Amino acid sequence: MADTEYALEARGIGKRFGEFWAVNNVDLKVRRGAIHALIGPNGAGKTTCFNLLTKTLQPSTGKIILDGEDISRLRTSDVAKKGMVRSFQISATFTDLTALQNVRVALQSSHGSAWRFWSPISSIYKLNERAEDLLEQVGLADARDMKAAELSYGKKRALEIATTLALEPKVMLLDEPTAGMGHEDIEPITELIRKVSRDRTIVIVEHNLSVVSTLSDRITVLQAGQVLMEGNYAEVSSDERVIAAYLGGVDDAA
Amino acid sequence: MRIALVLTGIALSLAAPFFVYPVLLMTILCFVIFAASFNLLLGYAGLLCFGQAMFLGLSAYMTGLMLKTTGMSIELAILASALISAALGAFVGFVAVRRSGIQFAMITFAFAQFVYFLLLQSEFTGGEDGMQGIPRSNLFGIFDISDSMTFYYFVLAATLLVILLVYRIVHSPFGEILQAIRDNEVRVESLGFRPERFKILAMTISAGLAGLAGGLKATVFGFATLTDVSWTVSGEVILMTLLGGLGTLSGPMVGAGIIIVMNDELAQFGEWALIAQGIILILVILFMRRGVVGEAGALIRRIRSRKAN
Ligand SMILES: Nc1ncnc2c1ncn2[C@@H]1O[C@H](COP(=O)(O)OP(=O)(O)OP(=O)(O)O)[C@@H](O)[C@H]1O
Ligand SMILES: [Mg+2]
Repeated sequence: MADTEYALEARGIGKRFGEFWAVNNVDLKVRRGAIHALIGPNGAGKTTCFNLLTKTLQPSTGKIILDGEDISRLRTSDVAKKGMVRSFQISATFTDLTALQNVRVALQSSHGSAWRFWSPISSIYKLNERAEDLLEQVGLADARDMKAAELSYGKKRALEIATTLALEPKVMLLDEPTAGMGHEDIEPITELIRKVSRDRTIVIVEHNLSVVSTLSDRITVLQAGQVLMEGNYAEVSSDERVIAAYLGGVDDAA
Repeated sequence: MRIALVLTGIALSLAAPFFVYPVLLMTILCFVIFAASFNLLLGYAGLLCFGQAMFLGLSAYMTGLMLKTTGMSIELAILASALISAALGAFVGFVAVRRSGIQFAMITFAFAQFVYFLLLQSEFTGGEDGMQGIPRSNLFGIFDISDSMTFYYFVLAATLLVILLVYRIVHSPFGEILQAIRDNEVRVESLGFRPERFKILAMTISAGLAGLAGGLKATVFGFATLTDVSWTVSGEVILMTLLGGLGTLSGPMVGAGIIIVMNDELAQFGEWALIAQGIILILVILFMRRGVVGEAGALIRRIRSRKAN
């Protein structure tokens, strides 16, 4: 089962909001171990795709296959347990918890301690070491005891990646991990993504094309909820339709 | 500093009944427990239950019923009643936790009104007149604690136990998940948890604690009335929590003390008590976002950091 060529597959997934198809009959094949980028103009349906893949939203049509197993009917939490975990476009940290606690919450997911309302918190201090490791990896060692709310935007994004990594996902979905980051933050995050991609599959939504070009093995372009094309960076960036779609997207936004 | 505060608090509460009318003190303690139960939900799980009184009131009647009709010892009657409230909490939670914010509040409110109606119609509650003459049976079936002074120490011990329990829950692995759910439920779900289950457990525990407060209250006064189940009490506990400081452990307890003493002082003015409560609520919302305890804590931190500079 774990030997299928594709870690993640979507077959004809779609999502309808009222009369509007935000995602329409999308096929996606993500090769095991690859970094697969999902790009497209604003409102193309990238985030909605992520919502469907992780079952945050119930697809109106189609099937989702993770590691050869149909997960279309699972709930979000079970998708996470199966090894596919996402990050969010809008920074999703636990604002009143410290950086360490943020990561520790994720570590508790597979630790089985989460129900113990009678145990002192010191009973899970054994998770701290792993949490500190993860914070260190994303460059947040110094922020260990700071509340997430007090972190800069870039650091919140980094914390989110550490939290996602804590689940050791086989497939990691990153929704615009560098959005809103300053130049000095983008480089290390890109490096980090490359580093953690070694033993896992990554799908990344990203507007920063230099990040896309350095990271991705494969790119799927979405437009108006549908797949416009798929290819490597050279193919995609030279495609007339893609260029037109991006210009069109800019027009829409204006 | 914190330990000193706690010790002073305990010393004061041990000496208090020699200076203050014990029934007033016991009322405060019951509402300290009640407010702590509410704070567990709103302050730590982010759930605004607008029907907390149903757990208080149901348990008050149940305790009364058991003490009047059976020879149960007092602690068993109160515990059993608290469990009944906890079961109600689990049920209400099961129905309501999928909703959030105002919808959750409305569903809990509807349940509370329904429980109110049931108790009003039931024969055993005495309807509008309430249930009178609830006896204080012996503690563990042997110790006579019926005298007010002794009973005060029983209520105090129960209150301290509850405070310890809430402290433990808030600072537990479960408590950490609960706070994460309060901050971002969708994220918690995406990390492989089922937030609704955690919220149901929080509701269950909270309802059980509110039930404990109700059982104690019924034995303090020797009667249970519909007021204990009414929406005004559900509202009052919100006021106590906000006044004292949401999400701080001691805040709601302090808030409970202030409101009960104030009600007691203002009782002679009738309706004015309500108006005063309203005015206080507005002032707190406008000028003391963090509540009495929260603001005091912020003030201390400010002074400290000034000294440090
Ligand atoms: N819950 C919803 N209800 C109705 N419409 C929605 C909903 N979620 C998304 N949409 C619509 O679906 C379309 C796709 O949205 P989506 O967020 O997936 O775009 P995106 O590609 O992630 O864009 P961006 O680059 O701006 O993040 C948009 O037109 C959006 O308004
Ligand atoms: Mg998006």
